[in-house]
Amino acid sequence: MSEAINEKIKNYSTAPFDARFPNTNQTRNCYQNYLDFHRCNKVLSAKDHDVTACEWYKRVYKSLCPIGWVDKWDEQVENGSFPGKI
Amino acid sequence: MAYPLQLGLQDATSPLMEELIQFHDHTLMIALLLSTMVFYTILTTVTTKLTNKNMLDSQGIETIWTIAPALILILIAMPSLRVLYMMDEVNNPHLTVKTIGHQWYWSYEYTDYKNLEFDSYMIPTQDLIPGQFRLLETDHRMVVPTDSPVRMLITADDVIHSWAVPTLGEKMDAIPGRLNQTTFVVSHPGVFYGQCSEICGANHSFMPISVEAIPLIHFEDWSTSMLAKI
Repeated sequence: MSEAINEKIKNYSTAPFDARFPNTNQTRNCYQNYLDFHRCNKVLSAKDHDVTACEWYKRVYKSLCPIGWVDKWDEQVENGSFPGKI
Repeated sequence: MAYPLQLGLQDATSPLMEELIQFHDHTLMIALLLSTMVFYTILTTVTTKLTNKNMLDSQGIETIWTIAPALILILIAMPSLRVLYMMDEVNNPHLTVKTIGHQWYWSYEYTDYKNLEFDSYMIPTQDLIPGQFRLLETDHRMVVPTDSPVRMLITADDVIHSWAVPTLGEKMDAIPGRLNQTTFVVSHPGVFYGQCSEICGANHSFMPISVEAIPLIHFEDWSTSMLAKI
């Protein structure tokens, strides 16, 4: 299972089509992957599992989200003021 | 690219734009034929000496000129819907480029692998070198590989702008807080221009877009050199 994920991450070129977000407005696609990366990290490290699988979400949000948005959210996560549920 | 006294659309540089041009030509031809027919009919009607005070109605011609427009509209709607759905087809992009509209310049981000980002300002008229195009050239171009589906994600930092490149058939609003997606494929190498298409303040007319398409083998060289430079 983790082999498949690592293979996908290794062959990553850009964020693939996500059927959950088929339309023009991709705002939620970016935000959801950002949330999923942090949630994945939180859950897997709480159970002491390997967090490399979470790298997929990171690659996707890095591809989709403007750098300014990511920097702003990272700062909010660091000082505990991020409005989303992680 | 655009030229003085241009009447029609720019030549297509993407397969979708080719389809749009064909649809436009088809619909415009129907419109021209109909207009000619109506003009001729009006002309003959107002210049005739014949009068007929007994004509009241005619079921035959009323039927014809009800069904015929409906058929013509269907002939227009069919290719229209075909192109519309073609524009929404899922294509798996090879590359994602983000563009952010600012007052008054565009910035581009290529973050699939490393974090490449740069601003693209218009070259002022007094700084142009001979052969460059007034109000269209920028200091850094958005470079993409040819024959590769590119996903564009468009947003803005301050007010609403709009990212447009007519030869690619592209126009998409750049709205703060929203990420709008569009995709295109560039068919052949070259430099393609566009201009901001949503009023955004004093220098709205002076924040152009220029896209340079190069073969894929050279694209990596360009991105490496840009990363080193910036």
